[in-house]
Amino acid sequence: MSMQLEDPRVVEFDVRTDEMLVNMGPQHPSTHGVLRLLLRTDGEVVHEVTPHIGYLHRCAEKIGENLAPPQWIPYTDRMDYLAGMNMNLGLALAVEKLVKMELPEKAMVLRVLIAEMGRIASHLVGMGAYGLDLGSFSPFLYAFREREIVLDLFEEACGARLTYSYLTMGGATHDLPETITIPPGLASLSGKSPKLTLSWIDAATLFLDWLEPRISEYHKLLTRNQIFIKRTAGLGILSPEMAISYGCTGPVLRASGVDWDLRRDGDPIYTKMYEGYEFDVIVAPFKDAPPEVVLGDNWCRFYVRMLEVVQSIRLVRQAIAKYPTAKGAFRVPYKMSTKLPKDEVYLETECPRGQMGFYIVGNGEANPLRARAKSSCFCNLSITGPICKDFLLGDIPAIVGSLDIVMGEIDR
Amino acid sequence: MNAQEIHQLLLERFGPTKITGVNLTATDPWIEVDAPAIHEVSLFCRDDDRLRLNHLNDLCGVDYFEPDAKKAPKYGHEPHVEVVYHLSSLPRRHKITVKVKLPRWKDGVAGEIPEVDSVADIWGIADWHEREAYDLMGIRFLGHPNLRRILCPEDWVGHPLRKDYEMPLEYHEIRGR
Repeated sequence: MSMQLEDPRVVEFDVRTDEMLVNMGPQHPSTHGVLRLLLRTDGEVVHEVTPHIGYLHRCAEKIGENLAPPQWIPYTDRMDYLAGMNMNLGLALAVEKLVKMELPEKAMVLRVLIAEMGRIASHLVGMGAYGLDLGSFSPFLYAFREREIVLDLFEEACGARLTYSYLTMGGATHDLPETITIPPGLASLSGKSPKLTLSWIDAATLFLDWLEPRISEYHKLLTRNQIFIKRTAGLGILSPEMAISYGCTGPVLRASGVDWDLRRDGDPIYTKMYEGYEFDVIVAPFKDAPPEVVLGDNWCRFYVRMLEVVQSIRLVRQAIAKYPTAKGAFRVPYKMSTKLPKDEVYLETECPRGQMGFYIVGNGEANPLRARAKSSCFCNLSITGPICKDFLLGDIPAIVGSLDIVMGEIDR
Repeated sequence: MNAQEIHQLLLERFGPTKITGVNLTATDPWIEVDAPAIHEVSLFCRDDDRLRLNHLNDLCGVDYFEPDAKKAPKYGHEPHVEVVYHLSSLPRRHKITVKVKLPRWKDGVAGEIPEVDSVADIWGIADWHEREAYDLMGIRFLGHPNLRRILCPEDWVGHPLRKDYEMPLEYHEIRGR
């Protein structure tokens, strides 16, 4: 992927200057948290990128060894704090598989509903923050306006806005509320009275009805914006072989043209949840892509996320339709003192940023012998070194931003 | 292929001296590989057309040790460290867990961390996972291109995920407890 001499962007190519080491971060606005990139630059051209991580390391795995799994749930929220629901789900499923717990239908429908709402919220931040990285401010405000309503709805369901601890072993902590007052953001956007009371399900439907037509606006603002295309298309190209070798997962892997989604191809305990739902796995290349776009570049990664929001909306709608008639309870009890068998389970789930894995080794006690959280962003970030090589300094935030990383999950 | 077929294939290829154990009844079946053979077994797993285990989902260390002498008789594991490789194949749609058993300390000398061959040249992601395992669990990966600490600061002492690790009382004048 080295740069061609005839590439018009490299004006400095034959006026070599001294190499310089530049620290980008850990407090740089476009590094999405506390990530430090050590750049070896020659003028504007970056020859080497070394990510330094660990600024947010909180010993989550060591803590997990000293707690029963339900007590570890709140720590998983704080890993990927933009998709707390999906992280809760990953750990809950791993422990359920270990203790061989069967879930009622209603709990599974509830989980699909909540997890896909979480994916919508997370991808909206991913989209807005990426626009911000590239200097486009307004999509960020729109994305946060929409995400705010998802957070309001989550707050009505479980009382927290970011660190939910909602989905837990055996289902969820609470059922979805029968009646809520309409969230203020949703009331003003949909033109309803702020005193309106309705069920949580109806509020979610109202939100989806409002969100769905907005997506074409984001495409106008960013996806089809010429400046955006120039900053993203053809940059940071990740080949499918390299994506697999470096363990990239989620939208990053699918943007490289690998058809792999754990909601369809994963462990039976996870795919069982998604049985009977219709959704498409979004895989690059895209027929409607601008001509500059190359398979596995920044634009593809961005576009996969945008299209996944639409699929998540589809899934939430189907879950909403199933929820009122789903059989069973929203949870089966899981005792804190449940002894984990002398066995081990490694389970990955499809989180918004990739495959989050939990490896739990039991030893006949309530606390696991080993609690390991394999982070998806950790693997996705490890690719920055190879793909950022020989690009211009200004393109580095565009490439790192397209991976959509969350440092809380990388450092655990 | 299921776990039993994968085990049979590896056993035929490498023999019982290199494929030392298997547990097919576990929830996630695992195969135990002799530590010096891990690199060639990994290469075979990735490149053999029947296996094609091209995706290293996770690589981590597990410390089997009970520091409390009262609880130790009921612990049920000999003290040792394991490196666990979770492999899956995207084209063949199967997965397997491979384990390598290592002594807790090299040659029984406390503080001398055990060694195993690196697989960073086989799966790119193993580079960072091995750095993490070195940092937190204290396992040296021979042949690794850049075995530095990744999550802890570079001047950190000890390997925090070891069961007998003790939190330092002070780090650069920051009180630990």
